[in-house]
Parts: sequence; C-alpha cells; structure tokens
Amino acid sequence: MLILTCPYCGIAADETELAPGYEAHLKRHGPGSTDDEFEAYMFARKNPKGVHFERWRHAYGCGKWFLAARCTATLEVFGTYPAQVGAPPPEIIARIKARRPGWEPSA
Amino acid sequence: MSTRLASGGRLIDRSVLVEFTFNGRRLTGHPGDTLASALLANDQMLVGRSFKYHRPRGIVASGPEEPNALVNLGTGARLEPNQRATTTELFDGLTATSQNHWPSLEYDIGALNNVVARFLPAGFYYKTFIHPRPFWKHVFEPVIRQSAGLGRAPKDRDADRYEQTYAFCDVLVIGGGIAGLEAAHAAARTGARVIVLEQQPHWGGRAPVDGLEVGGQPAAAWVEARLTALAAMDGVTLIPRCTGFGVYDHGYVLADERVADHTPGDGRVKHRLWRIRAARIVTATGAIERPLSFPFNDVPGVMLASAVRDHLVNQAVSPGDRTVVVTNNDDAYRTAIALVEAGLSVPAIVDARTAPTGALIDRARALGLRIEVGRAIAKVAGSKRVMGVALCHQAGEGSVIDEIDCDAVAMSGGWSPVVHLWSHCGGKLLWDDALAAFRPDAARPPVTHDGGPMVIAAGAANGAGEADLLSDAHAAGRSAAEAAGHKARKSAVSAVSNPLDAGIGAIGVMPQGAAPKLRAKMWLDYQNDVKVSDVQLAAREGYESVEHTKRYTTLGMATDQGKLSNINGLGVLSQALAEPVPQVGTTTFRPPYTPVTLGALAGEARDAIFQPLRRTPIHGWHEAQGAYFEPVGAWRRPYCFPRGGENHDEAVHREILNVRRNVGLLDASTLGKILVQGPDAGRFLDMLYTGVMSTLPVGKCRYGLMCNEAGFLMDDGVVARIDEQTFLCHTTTGGADRIHAWMEDWLQCEWWDWKVYTANLTEQFAQIAVVGPRARMLLEALGGMDVSREALPFMHWADGTLGGFGVRVYRISFSGELSYEIAVPAGQGLAFWTACLEAGQALGVMPYGTEALHVLRAEKGFIMIGDETDGTVIPQDLGLGWAISKKKPDYLGKRGQERSFLAAPDRWRLVGLEALDGSVIPDGAYAVAEGTNPNGQRNVQGRVTSTYFSPTLGRGVAMGLVRHGPERLGEVLEFPKVGGGSVMARIVDPVAYDKDGVQQDV
Repeated sequence: MLILTCPYCGIAADETELAPGYEAHLKRHGPGSTDDEFEAYMFARKNPKGVHFERWRHAYGCGKWFLAARCTATLEVFGTYPAQVGAPPPEIIARIKARRPGWEPSA
Repeated sequence: MSTRLASGGRLIDRSVLVEFTFNGRRLTGHPGDTLASALLANDQMLVGRSFKYHRPRGIVASGPEEPNALVNLGTGARLEPNQRATTTELFDGLTATSQNHWPSLEYDIGALNNVVARFLPAGFYYKTFIHPRPFWKHVFEPVIRQSAGLGRAPKDRDADRYEQTYAFCDVLVIGGGIAGLEAAHAAARTGARVIVLEQQPHWGGRAPVDGLEVGGQPAAAWVEARLTALAAMDGVTLIPRCTGFGVYDHGYVLADERVADHTPGDGRVKHRLWRIRAARIVTATGAIERPLSFPFNDVPGVMLASAVRDHLVNQAVSPGDRTVVVTNNDDAYRTAIALVEAGLSVPAIVDARTAPTGALIDRARALGLRIEVGRAIAKVAGSKRVMGVALCHQAGEGSVIDEIDCDAVAMSGGWSPVVHLWSHCGGKLLWDDALAAFRPDAARPPVTHDGGPMVIAAGAANGAGEADLLSDAHAAGRSAAEAAGHKARKSAVSAVSNPLDAGIGAIGVMPQGAAPKLRAKMWLDYQNDVKVSDVQLAAREGYESVEHTKRYTTLGMATDQGKLSNINGLGVLSQALAEPVPQVGTTTFRPPYTPVTLGALAGEARDAIFQPLRRTPIHGWHEAQGAYFEPVGAWRRPYCFPRGGENHDEAVHREILNVRRNVGLLDASTLGKILVQGPDAGRFLDMLYTGVMSTLPVGKCRYGLMCNEAGFLMDDGVVARIDEQTFLCHTTTGGADRIHAWMEDWLQCEWWDWKVYTANLTEQFAQIAVVGPRARMLLEALGGMDVSREALPFMHWADGTLGGFGVRVYRISFSGELSYEIAVPAGQGLAFWTACLEAGQALGVMPYGTEALHVLRAEKGFIMIGDETDGTVIPQDLGLGWAISKKKPDYLGKRGQERSFLAAPDRWRLVGLEALDGSVIPDGAYAVAEGTNPNGQRNVQGRVTSTYFSPTLGRGVAMGLVRHGPERLGEVLEFPKVGGGSVMARIVDPVAYDKDGVQQDV
C-alpha cells in the first residue's frame, strides 16, 4: 500500500486511489518500425531491483497520469513528476543520485 | 490441582460471579478472568489434544502465543473455532468446547497415533504415502482428511457485524506496556498525533506482574499516572483490545479491535478493523518467554514461568500447590518468589546454569528455596497432568539423580523480543548472544517513502534490558516524532529501580547429552507435535535451510506461527548442523501477527453493500416488472421480462418475435457515451479508431473499431459527429470506463500537445432503443420531430422533441430492424420510457432484455465484443476489413497487425454455422480436424463464438471462427459435444436474417 504524491493536485494519495501503468518513458514505435523496435516497445519491460520509473494515474482523484521514481526493493520514493516529459527531470535524477551513490540512469 | 487462591488477583472482581460452560460443564469465574485462568481456577488442566498424536494438552502460556488452549467458542451463528483461551475474556454465558478429539477430550481414539509415534516421523506424508499410487486417493487421503483439522468451520451465517475505520497519525505505538506508554508520552509531548494500541483490555503489560518499580513507585501506579497524562493530551488516542497485526508499505498498519467479543449480542460491532497510516511506527511489543526442551515437557501442568506468574498475580490462580521451577535465566526466580509469597510451595528451582548469581537468586536463597544448579529435568511424570519430575545433570545424558513430587512445572528458556512487526516490511534482525535471541538491527530498518526508518523498536521488543527499558522507549518515541516533523522537547525519563540482572544460559536441550529416546519426547511445537528428534532428523536428511526444515517438520506452522518454538527449534538445528544460529538464519515473519477473523477483513462489505451496483434511471421499473437481471460489469441489466408463467426461454422468444413483428423497447442506458471535443478531436479519433472519423459529416454516425497496440480488437461502437469539433463515441457497456481511461492515457502521456478534451457522459443520459417495423409509428404517436426516412435517414442523428421531451435521436441498429436510439437527460429517462410504453400500447410494444438483444444481433451476424473477440482476434479475422482505413499512415494497433502471424492467411476467421439438424451447436464447441496433436488430442480447425436458438428462423444460428473460413462456404464441420456425440454443421454466411439489410433502412 504505497503512498505517492500526485504532482498535479499535490495530494499524498493512497495506492487505492491510484491505477498502475507500469514502466515509464517508453518510446512508441508505430508503422515503419522494425520488428526489434516494435518488440522492445510492446513487450520488453524492465523489472529492476532498485531504482525504477513507473507510470501511475490518480484514477480516483484528479484523473491525471504522472510518473514516479522509486526503489522497488525498499519502496523509497525519490519523487513524482508530470507525465509530459520524455525523460526523468534533472532534479529527480539528482535526488536519486544523492540517495543511491553510484547509480546512473540507463540509456 | 489448579485452583483459585483465597486472596489476591489484581484484575479480577471477586464480588461478581460469571457463569460459563466448558464441554457442557457449568463453571464459574470472575470478571477479569480469561477463559484460561477461569479453567485453571476450576482445575480444568486438560484443554485439548495435539494435532498429530492427539496427546493431552494443557494451558502453557498466558497470551497470544498460546499453542494448546484453542477452543470452539460460542454456538450456532456465533461459533468461532480455534479461539485462544488465554486471550478470551470471560463473560457470563460463555460456552466453549475443546477441539481435535473423538469421542471425548478425556478418551480420544486418535491418541493411538501416539502409540505408533515412531512410525510417524517428520515428513511422514512425503515418505509413506507414495506407493502404491492408487492408495493415496482411496485410502490415505480419506483417512487423513477425516483426522485433519483442529476446529470445525461454523455452518451458520455469522450473526455479527464488523466494521472498518481509517486513522492517520504521526506516531503509532503498538504495545501499551510501560515502554509503549513512555514512547507514546515522549512522542506526544512534541505535539505529534499519537495512537497507542494495546492487545489486552488493560494497560501496563508485564511490569505490574513482574513487580517492577518505575520512577520510585509501583509499576501499576506509574502506568495509571501515564495513562491519565496521555488521555489529557491533545491528539492522543488510546485503543485497548486492539492488536496491531500487520505492518505494510509506507506506514500502513492493520489492527484488529475486539470491540464486543466479551459482550456478544449487545448490538455493537464485534470487531473493528483499523486501517492506520502512520508517519512512523514504534513497536513496543515486548517479549515472549520460551519453553525449555526437556523430556515430556508437554504434559498438562508444564507451563511457562511467566504464565504461572501472570495467572497468580492477575487472577489469583495457581496451577498447583507444588510447583517446580525450571530455568536457564534469572527471570523465572520471580515466579518462584511470587508462588512462595502467595503461600504455595516450590519444592525446587532447577537451574541449568552451574553458578547463577544475582539479586533474585539471593532473594530466593533468603526465602529458603532449594536451588539445584547445573541440573536438568530428566522426565516429567504423569500423562494428563504433572505428577512429579525426575532430576538429572544438565551436562549429562539424563540419568535420574533425584525425584520430586509436584503438580506443576514452571519453565523459562529466556525471552525472545517480539520482532514480527519490525520484520513484516523488511526490517532485519541481529542475533544477540547475551539475550540468546534475535533482536531488531537498528542499522537495517524497514524504510518508508522518504527513505527513513519506518519502524522503531522500543523496550523489550528492541532487546533492551529492564534497566534501559524506559530510556530506550523514550528515545524511540522522540525520534519517531522528530522524523514525523515535530521538534522534540527535553524531558526527564523515569527509571526502573529494581531491574532484572542480565544472565541467561545457552539455548539447547535439557539435559544437553540426552539420548535419542529422550529427545523424541522433547516437544518444540506443542500444537503440531514437532519434537527435538524431528528437527535433528531433518538435519540428518539434508534439510540445511531453516525454511525447508520448517516445511518438512511443520515446526512453527501451527496457529501460533512458532511464537514459542522458533528459537528453540533454531537452536536444535544449529547444533545439529554445527553452525551458529545467525548462519542458520530465521524464518520469515509475515502478517498477521495473530489470526484475524475473516469477518473483520470483510468489514461491512457483505450482502447488498458487498459491491456498489450501477443502476440505470429505469432500473426501478425493470424491478417492478419482475425482470430477470444479469450482471454486466457493475451494472445489472434485464436479461428478459417474463410474463405470466413463462420461463426465461419463452420470454426471450416472445421478446425477439415482437421486435421482428411489432416494436420493442431496450434500456440501452448502460452503453458508454464519451464526448471528445477540441480542434484536434478528429485527428485524435483517427488514431484511436481503425477507420477514419475526421471525415464524418456533422449529423452522421459511423461504426468504429478500437484496437490495442498489439493489434487486437478491444471495443466497438457508433461515433456521432455533433459539430465540427465535437464527437460522441459510443462504447460497449463494459468498455466505457476502460475506453475513457485509454483515451486519457494517450492524450496525457503521448499526444499531450493535442487540443482535445474528453468527458465520460455515460451516466448523464438515459438511452432507449425503439426497435422494430413499428418503431417509427411509435415515435409518431409520441409526436414531435420528423423521424421519417427522408428527414432522419439510417446512420444519421438529430436533436428535437418527442412527446414533449428534449431528445437526441440516433438512427442506428443492432438488430437489423428499423431502430431509433433516443437519448434523454438521465433524470427524464424513466418518464420517457413510460411515455414510449404508453404511446406504443396499441402497436404491441414490449420491453426486451439483453438475451433478446444478443439473439437479434446474432441472427444478423453482428459481432459482440467478448463473444467474437477474446483478446487474440483482430478486426480482419471478423470480416471487418471494411472498417479499417488502408490510407491512414497510423492508428493504434496498425503496426501490431503488420506482424507476420497476424497477417498470415491461415488465421481462423468469422463465418456462420448452421447445424445440419437445425439444432443449437454447444457454445464454445471446437471443430475437429484430421489427425492428433503431440498430446494425442484431436486437431482443431475452428470454434463456436456465438450460438442461439433463433425463434425468427425456427432453428439454431451460430457464428464461429474457422481456419480459412470464408473460403470454405458450404463445407460441413464436426463439433464433438461434451459427453459424447457430435453436431455436424455447415459453414454459411454469418448473416442469417435479412442479408440485404432492407429491414433496417426503411
């Protein structure tokens, strides 16, 4: 039963208010993409023990999708941020590095 | 014999008698008794039978760790099995019966297992019942099922109510002993909101029983003062009878408050489940005493020293006149001293240590007690109760050197901190040699969302000695409040002025060199009959992991979850493996700490409020008509409207024929209605639907398909263009919320710069389908807008009025008949429905339900999401290529559909199926092909997706997916039936009725 703060309405929302959306920052590959690209987009999901970026929707609140950076092992939350970005914002990266020295964002 | 003493008992009220029954015997006790203390006061030493050998079992403990005294409590609708007598408050009229015996507690045939115990070793299930194979099913399993299980599940519906409540706090303190109260006070003084949970009905924990002096006064007085102070503070909530049983992510705690277990039927809820969010959690859960592993340590009358002391001090109950105390630590001397001070006799204190020293030992000596050091118990005499003990050297093999008559044995193997809640969410443990126990490792706590420690252990639960108990608890309370954002204030900490000296002997068996025969009588787990010899056997057979040993021997798998047995079992295993305990490790602690009744977990979610139902504005009318409902998602939709003595089939047939001949009304309000609006709305819908929506003229409707990114069909419906920037998208009943969320996902996360808004209007409008050759006549009878073919052609919509109602009329058809779907504001739905019925009376109007809807569409070969689709079907499979744009560069699912196996020519595709004998082909039946697959099963070449009896055609109609189907019209397929026989069916066009569509376009 996680608590994540919705970056839109500022509410520290209980997991029962949220709907999960799995891995964040996927790049969509549509018509014209290779089989490998499409496979990576459709099926290849990261499942790390440690720092992970996820999509969540404040489904029973403001209805907005947002992204969360958290540790899947300790459940520490490094931050949440709006979904309208292609990559984690620098302040989130900085916070993760402060908490997990040596961690580097994967390509 | 066990009895009630003439005086004493700090918790009982002797002025009031309470009557109760045990196995039908009428007994009495006092308020303040537990069922266990009241049974002991009535000399009921024998309370149950063990699980495997059916050995006699007596009360061992005085708290939730009790493994033996499990009873059936109450009767009928208030029967609860496996209730622990030690935590059951006595009340007038309580009825309890013992468990796991036949025919009676005193004479139990299952005790024969005890005689053949050496043939029932650890893991005997795995070893014994393998061969011959048929014996398992026909001999072993029935016998084991007959003898398995402790209590009996209640047969009646639970008569009680349960509720759940939410609470939020800065600091949650679990445990209301002196450490918990000190931690709570320290936290509350910072201004933090504090909740304190105590599992017992009274506060203070063990300290008053142990005779501690706190802050220069008796513990009980200190506890009273602290409680008064806490109760007066803002933001402090004290909840007794409430067990915090599980710690979960981010400070989420579940706790079970036993509101009315002791006052059944008084109208209050029985239990209240607290769902608490705490910024920080302090576990002041104390410690649990361990038994000692000596031969025949399971005879009724052998109890934990702390339990003897608890019952003596709290309820003035003595387990016997002569109690031998057996120990490896100082704490049990308190029991000996308390017994002597109560005027009872302690023939000996048997101390496994060779040279114990300390204040308590000096005091025992001063009282003239016989202390046998370096000694062990070689045997306990007696079967259903203790008759005496034989002594031996602890260092030896068990040769008897002395015998002592006694009627009770008080044992203490040391104390284990209750680390369960610390461990639930990942807190790690340290092995502490001085304590001979695991305690929380403060350097590796469970963490919460901010990365800080979520749980702070305090007092005995943290492994703190009595001298440091309150300073440890105070520090825990303060740091918890600080972590929750409050500023700590300096304050003095009370001290325990007469603490226990540390000092505990090693854990292990008693005597240490006991021969195998003795080790086979040393019980570790009383309930599951796991003995020292079983764990040693497991080690010999290669079970090196404690987790495997646990499952092989069932050690710690009983209802007490190893609260008494785990550490002793680990000690035995570590010696057998010649590895230190920390290397052997410990098993995982999982919630719940104590069993929680299912009623509390369900709370109020039962019967009508188990799940909120969705009702259309016309639902009440359907109910009044006696409609037969079926669940569609959270909706309840009329399946049919039986009349007179009709059965459901007859009602459905009548409704279908009436739609085909006259006119029918369908409550279609559940259909999803999603408004999509904005400059980019057309572009957005072109991506969502496989067809082109941006070119749809205002005033017209178009059927559309939605696929997921993998290419599979997931929803369909009619889109109406309201104006240049506005579309109304109809979805399936079950798809409305899902599709709305799907739209939002793409708009928010992928195309966030597109100017589009969506709104789910499903419940804002009632929608009524008026269907049949006389549908137009019905609307004309209502009067209002022009609904002629010229003014409102097929696949058009128009706003207007009908019968005085403002309406929006869509000329769309899911039945193949002339059909108008009419939307009115939800509040007018019922009135409009009634108006339609009145206007159509002369035309033979009848309501129809979902089953008629299904048959009508199947006769016309229309697909149904969920029947013709199952998540592996693409629109091309269903002959819906016409609804897929070839020109669009992209839509959701287009790339997925280009994958080789979806583009392959031999996919199963939609056809009609017509049984040669006109019968209804069984739903889901497979068409078999030549040959068999590698599993020896017949190859298949298709399956039935929809199949109904068509009253219109007087025969069965069906659709199915068949390999190369549309190219094989006229071929006959074989569909084997469950239970033998086959149906032969011809592949035909999916449209069985009105192929040219003349009926709907009139």
